Amino acid sequence: MGEILRVEHLRYVYGEGLPDATVALDDVSFSIEEGQFVGVIGSTGCGKSTLIGHFNGINRPTGGHVYVAGEDLWADPSQIRKFRFMVGLVFQYPEYQLFEETVYKDIAFGPRNMGLDDAEVDRRVRRAASFCGIGDDWLDKSPFDLSGGQKRRVAIAGVLAMEPRVLVLDEPAAGLDPEGRDTILGQLKEYHRQTGTTTVLVSHSMEDIAKYADRVLVLDAGKIAMYDETEKVFARAPELLALGLSVPEVTKVFLRLKEWGLEIPTDVYTIPYAVKTILAEKARREAAGGEGGGAPC
Amino acid sequence: MLRDITIGQHFPGHSPLHLMDPRLKLVLTVAYIIILFVGSNFLGLSLAVIFLAALYLVAGIPLKMIAKSLKPIVPIIALTTVLNVFMMTGAGRPLFQWGFLRIYPEGVRYAVMIAVRIVCLIAGTSLLTYTTSPIVLTDAIERLLKPLARLHLPVHELAMMMTIALRFIPTLIDETEKIMNAQKARGAQLDSGTLRQRIRALVPVLIPLFISAFRRAEELATAMECRCYHGGEGRTRLRQLHMTGRDWLMAAVCIAVLALIGASGRIHL
Repeated sequence: MGEILRVEHLRYVYGEGLPDATVALDDVSFSIEEGQFVGVIGSTGCGKSTLIGHFNGINRPTGGHVYVAGEDLWADPSQIRKFRFMVGLVFQYPEYQLFEETVYKDIAFGPRNMGLDDAEVDRRVRRAASFCGIGDDWLDKSPFDLSGGQKRRVAIAGVLAMEPRVLVLDEPAAGLDPEGRDTILGQLKEYHRQTGTTTVLVSHSMEDIAKYADRVLVLDAGKIAMYDETEKVFARAPELLALGLSVPEVTKVFLRLKEWGLEIPTDVYTIPYAVKTILAEKARREAAGGEGGGAPC
Repeated sequence: MLRDITIGQHFPGHSPLHLMDPRLKLVLTVAYIIILFVGSNFLGLSLAVIFLAALYLVAGIPLKMIAKSLKPIVPIIALTTVLNVFMMTGAGRPLFQWGFLRIYPEGVRYAVMIAVRIVCLIAGTSLLTYTTSPIVLTDAIERLLKPLARLHLPVHELAMMMTIALRFIPTLIDETEKIMNAQKARGAQLDSGTLRQRIRALVPVLIPLFISAFRRAEELATAMECRCYHGGEGRTRLRQLHMTGRDWLMAAVCIAVLALIGASGRIHL
């Protein structure tokens, strides 16, 4: 599949020309292939949110270019709205953008802005709602009567209903309890699997990124520190730790085991892979004739 | 675009004007405004302009900031100027006559004076807010209004309300921007279309904004109550305001200059 999003030498400065101008992004270049699930990580204030704001033209680059499906976003600023529908952006704490009388109308806001007819709007609203686990009985309720996690799902459905080619989510699980986290992220992964929509997930949580992303983009102080397949990025765990980022707990365990002198790989970042690695190591030892069961695991 | 709002913005610094006692600055600003409007000739007015420009230099505030803070009130200035030009009737022959519209020399004179006065008024009060942080300013207002507390006016509560309102302006601006971006991401068109469409397009921004403002107000009230806030009674302050020797010196200089401006404004040339 082809390339869907490309960023070239992107530079963004807050308050350009003012004494307190800050460079948020500096010479950022990368591209995302259609259908990929990309995780974006970085410590607070490294420019993650600023970066994704460029994907649909909410932020206008100070320098450089952003291309979506081969077209330069800012070639014709009057056409920018077209890209807002191609790249669906779910901001942090999206539940604060809800405003309509009913959940249905709120989810329909995006599709209606696209100028779709009623039947198509209805189809999209129901499809997005079911992906986000919103039951039919919710659709006529006021969004303000829902709980925080439910509101969040309605807000995400509002963006899914536009059926964008690229779905960008900024910390979609922030502030939710562990169960709510897993539910929302699981639903998004399922959406990605079923529709093949390119997905960009911004998160602080390495566990989440490890679990869902195929590729990881690591930002540090407005620059790209790493951009590679997930296991290759987590194999560089010491560098991630040096950037002030944590690594998944299971990776930490493997790093310690390696420190203790075990011959094991350190690119382990998910539990199933960890189990497989340990079993392989055990089998290797048993085959070598040593007392395999005694490995400090 | 919302960040372009400069009225009430504070420019931290260490100039003599920044360090001056806020109560003094407030009183002097009020005096300056009175003198601006009491003076009736161009000598006094031009002295007032020069004085203000000198203060801007002392404070180290770039003069282009004046232009920025004047931008929103250009229509008001234009309107008052035009009205004055046409409304004032003079004794002599009109300079210009077209139908019922007549322009007298007095009208032109008066219009120019009003325009200069409004510009000085805005620039002068902006200088106050540029050099004084809002919190310090409300402290000063509270101190100055304290005598009114004897008349059972809730001075402390009013000052607290002002402090809170000022403190939340940047927060709400941030919030507005976030909500606008979120709605734009869903295809809302906020900056194009007919007036009707634009007003309707504001609904998705205003509703979430109001809800979040109420939510914040409630949270703040709870937080204040948790810390046993009970109003002004018996409250001590972290920053006590004291007039220093330098403040008295500045006061003397400024009062002298203002008196000079005031006096020259009253001379009949």
